[in-house]
Amino acid sequence: MSEDLEFAFALLLSGASIGLMYSLIALGFVLVYKATDAINFAQGEFVMLAGMIVVTVLGAEAPLIAAIVVVLLVMIGFGFGLEKVVLRPLLGRPVVAVIMATIGVAAVLRGLSPLVLGIETRALPLPIGDEPIAIGPASLPPIQVLGAVVAILFFIVFSWFFKKSRMGIAMRAVADNQQVAQAMGINVERYFAIAWAMAGIVSALGGVVWGAMLGVDVQLALVGLKVFPVVILGGLDSIGGALVGGLIIGIVESLAAGYLDPYVGGGTKDFAPYVLMILVLMIRPYGIFGRRQIERV
Amino acid sequence: MFHRESGVFKTTYAGDMALYPLPIAKWTMVAIAAVFVVIVPLVVHEYYLSILNLIFIAIVGALGLNILVGYTGQISIGHGAFMSVGAYTAANLAVRLDLPFWLTLPAGGLMAALIGVIVGMPSLRIKGLYLAIATLAGQLIIEWTINHVPAISGGAQASIEVDRPSLFGFEFDTQGRLYFFLLFFAVLAIVATLNLVRSRIGRAFVAVRDQDIAAEIIGINIYRYKLLAFAISSFFAGVCGVLYTYYFGIANYEQFQIIVSIDYLAMIIIGGLGSVLGTIFGAIFITLLPIVIRIFMEEVGSLFFTAAQMANVISGLRLGVFGGLIIFFLIVEPEGLNRLWRNIRSYFRVWPFSY
Repeated sequence: MSEDLEFAFALLLSGASIGLMYSLIALGFVLVYKATDAINFAQGEFVMLAGMIVVTVLGAEAPLIAAIVVVLLVMIGFGFGLEKVVLRPLLGRPVVAVIMATIGVAAVLRGLSPLVLGIETRALPLPIGDEPIAIGPASLPPIQVLGAVVAILFFIVFSWFFKKSRMGIAMRAVADNQQVAQAMGINVERYFAIAWAMAGIVSALGGVVWGAMLGVDVQLALVGLKVFPVVILGGLDSIGGALVGGLIIGIVESLAAGYLDPYVGGGTKDFAPYVLMILVLMIRPYGIFGRRQIERV
Repeated sequence: MFHRESGVFKTTYAGDMALYPLPIAKWTMVAIAAVFVVIVPLVVHEYYLSILNLIFIAIVGALGLNILVGYTGQISIGHGAFMSVGAYTAANLAVRLDLPFWLTLPAGGLMAALIGVIVGMPSLRIKGLYLAIATLAGQLIIEWTINHVPAISGGAQASIEVDRPSLFGFEFDTQGRLYFFLLFFAVLAIVATLNLVRSRIGRAFVAVRDQDIAAEIIGINIYRYKLLAFAISSFFAGVCGVLYTYYFGIANYEQFQIIVSIDYLAMIIIGGLGSVLGTIFGAIFITLLPIVIRIFMEEVGSLFFTAAQMANVISGLRLGVFGGLIIFFLIVEPEGLNRLWRNIRSYFRVWPFSY
């Protein structure tokens, strides 16, 4: 393989693995939107909170597995609590109110969790080593491979969940039409709470993976900003869309960084996804796999 | 504003829309003006004047956002970016072409309005959630562009220093002088907004907010009015950015990051969506809040934290309290401080004989 091709392959591979890690976070967003029609602007802060909880538990000399169990439990509880305290009273209010409330949640988490759980940047060590894993002519750091694997696993589990399990089918019914679902004997409020708890689970593992990659501090919440290009591209209510959208955004980002950065002096990585997102919003606002039911003006 | 009326006796639409519902309202206005123009600058200490100055700037920006979010019902998370557009436009004009403030200020506003219309373009096709995300993208793209294009940002620090504004050789160089400078623009913004929202345009905005399809049917060109709302809102934001630039003597993109957009959203939510008076309350509230937190923490917090931790604690606490207040007001009192003020007024309307 020529050198150019190898460079391109390395960029593609790295972009794809980062992209899968993006879809891991985007999955939390999609789950909530799919079931409750609520938009979570605090997804990145969820991930940050989870990462902080993990390093705090690890800091108390606990084994990693205990930390993961703790963070899963805490984030499930947090999801339930958030739905109960903030989202439930806003049922039936304009979508703008829900957006602003989740922005408020994001501000609270970003402001208070470092005060409680520690302000300094901490590493989150995972027992997977630093030796890059060679794939073809390129290689990836093990954490990216792990992140990609976790994302794919979640994708399989949730696809099964929504297609086959009783709970998942009920959740789809709730998403489709709340009144009819209620008439069929589905406890709508319960499923709303479950959806937020599931977002908590996804964020917990997202926090572990991203925390291990970037280190844990307030800046970890900025990953959440990448969620929007991913979900807009893939379609807000599509789990497969989150996966594909993540892949595309990751690859676009990586290619832009590889080929454009030398000309514009760096930073295209943070720029290209949003340009792509604006284009998608203009041309196909419901994304690749999203429901076409978008309220036009 | 402070008068007590004994009931609603309006018989014409003109009477209902009047700026001064009763003659006495005019006199209270005159009294308030006298207090702010004559008494406050004479008796208030320079430090408190500087707080008032910040409030005046915040009022201009928050009024702009409220026109868009509160009156027209279009959400924007990119207000901070529009401010930065105004700030850098004015700073570049002032430094490179040596223009006076009365040219750079409208220029900054117009530039922000232009960018605002471009960012608001998606609102023609999409709304609600999608618009929020589109304006968020606008914020991030503008921030990135300013930070990465040296022609705009003036070099490595991405900041441009400007001289204090001056008019006919009179330089606004102290807090006391800046006070008059900023008071003028705050009052201008308030009067402009009051007149805007009682005019044909303002009522069209409200119609678009309440039910856009119905608005279109009664002959409102909603495309035009949505873009107009974005333009006016961004114009206010741009002017606000220019005022910040002149006030601090420097244009720096860090003053206009996404957190600022959230601050301004907090102002209008806490103050009251779709209310000029509420916007003023919100601007006062949000500007004073960090100062109160800082004073409180300096008194109480030194028992728990070291001086080095204090800065982090204060900024974290500030953000947390902001978020908490946004959630609280959204859930408990969606009409904000303005509603509380109205409740107090209507209680005193027939006081002390309430039956």
